[in-house]
Amino acid sequence: MESVEARFKLDWPGFALDFDLKLPGRGVTALFGHSGSGKTTLLRCIAGLERPAQGRFVFKGSIWQDGNTWLPTHQRPIGYVFQEASLFPHLSVLDNLRYGQKRSGGANRVSLDTAIELLGIGHLLERKPDSLSGGERQRVGIARALAVGPEILLMDEPLAALDLKRKQEILPYLERLHDELDIPVIYVSHSPDEVARLADHIVAMDGGRVVAHGPLGETLARLDLPIRLGEDAGVVLDATIGEIDAQWHLARVDFPGGSLWTRDHELPVGRKVRVRVLARDVSLTLDDPGRSSIQNVHPAVVEAVADDDHPANRLVRVTLGESRLLSRLTRRAVDQLGIVPGLPVRVQVKSVALME
Amino acid sequence: MLTETDLQAIWLTVRLAALTTFILFFIGTPIAWWLARTRSWWKGPCGAVVALPLVLPPSVLGFYLLLAMGPNGPVGQLTQSLGLGTLPFTFWGLVVASVFYSLPFMVQPLQNAFEAIGERPLEVAATLRASPFDTFFSVVLPLAKPGFFTAGILSFAHTVGEFGVVLMIGGNIPGVTRVASVQIYDHVEAMEYADAHRLSAVMLAFSFAVLLSMYLRRNQPRKEA
Repeated sequence: MESVEARFKLDWPGFALDFDLKLPGRGVTALFGHSGSGKTTLLRCIAGLERPAQGRFVFKGSIWQDGNTWLPTHQRPIGYVFQEASLFPHLSVLDNLRYGQKRSGGANRVSLDTAIELLGIGHLLERKPDSLSGGERQRVGIARALAVGPEILLMDEPLAALDLKRKQEILPYLERLHDELDIPVIYVSHSPDEVARLADHIVAMDGGRVVAHGPLGETLARLDLPIRLGEDAGVVLDATIGEIDAQWHLARVDFPGGSLWTRDHELPVGRKVRVRVLARDVSLTLDDPGRSSIQNVHPAVVEAVADDDHPANRLVRVTLGESRLLSRLTRRAVDQLGIVPGLPVRVQVKSVALME
Repeated sequence: MLTETDLQAIWLTVRLAALTTFILFFIGTPIAWWLARTRSWWKGPCGAVVALPLVLPPSVLGFYLLLAMGPNGPVGQLTQSLGLGTLPFTFWGLVVASVFYSLPFMVQPLQNAFEAIGERPLEVAATLRASPFDTFFSVVLPLAKPGFFTAGILSFAHTVGEFGVVLMIGGNIPGVTRVASVQIYDHVEAMEYADAHRLSAVMLAFSFAVLLSMYLRRNQPRKEA
């Protein structure tokens, strides 16, 4: 009963959606794909903003759409964040927040106050939307969606309309949501970076169909991922801060099967973090590298080798205990070093992105 | 300055225009909303019918209304069977005719205002638990307020300026159907140019004031969120 059953079939001129998947009933599920892959349309179908001729949607046992059953959008227990904040211009920030809250009845799982606190917008309540910055507006938009006390939060590329600086301003709030909300979140994005930071599960879409899905770590470590990530290919590891080296401003993050040194982000020892290791930052050596500027060196075993986007490159997956890393090598290097599955190697990790 | 009959005509005109505008808000809003939202094939034909009074000679409109509301017309038979008599040459006959005559001046600004709001605020409201009815009053009306202002002013002013339809439907009965524009016509017919001047000046000043208020409002910097 905890799952979300979604099946939609849509046939528009020049676009078709054919989706049939059970989505996880908890955590952040990223709908990932290039523009035109159907992820936003899928989200709109879930919200009831589109009405596909054929569809079935069952949310934790309650039917929102099936055959002739159709729950209109305003009766679905959703929170929806649009790409542009789309605040009501005639209402103050507080009245925007209250608009949904007072229409959603009593049982609010996230109260108005919690939403205001989570998004850090307490100082904006009396302002009108047109006096807010883009980032502030989107934070209000997210808080407004949370204030209705939704049972599922649907987010349609909430950062896409913002510049890099605004994105960096909002991401920490989204990470807090990820940690503090106990409702499932469906997050549409075309940014591998956002997905790596926020998602627990990933549903990759292309041409209106699902091409891959599964837990984030597992899915990103796949060599046959049909979505081309290019420079963003890499893995995400769940890790803990194991040690701080105050003298050199470094922190050691431990993950099952190994550890990596990275820049200290002033996080306490024991804090759970997520680290992202891009394939382009991982190289392999057969011998001990000896004196090298790359100090993250670990023994590993080659698990699989596959073609990469460019014919000059290959992607190699190695295992360190339970964890896996991807490494992008040239085809020539793979050939000359004789890298085949089962070969013991050393991995050198040049850089690691740490995400709280 | 203005004679008793002039004042009577002005008062009648104001009453007629105010009542017509009031009624048009209720008739024009749903029509404009439907025209702004529908994807039906009927949108074109219905839009054209609503716009007809813009191009139709008022005497033509008045002629057909006279036939319809006359003792043998469908509207006339209805009003007679309800014991209301017939509408031509009454104040209410003028009101009905004015509603038709000024309909496009109510519908078109409202339709533009509704279309300018777009789909998104309605979708947002739906995701925030507002029913379509609720959305109309809590989102559409406030956002379309400038459109309502324009539509009201235009409908009022256009009804004030009515002449041909009034002559066809209402004739020229002092205190009942003799509105300001007809009064001016009477003055001219009677060679009372000074009287015609005074009343015309009042009408001119009124029309200018109305349009000025609208243009001043329109030129205010508009803020968008």
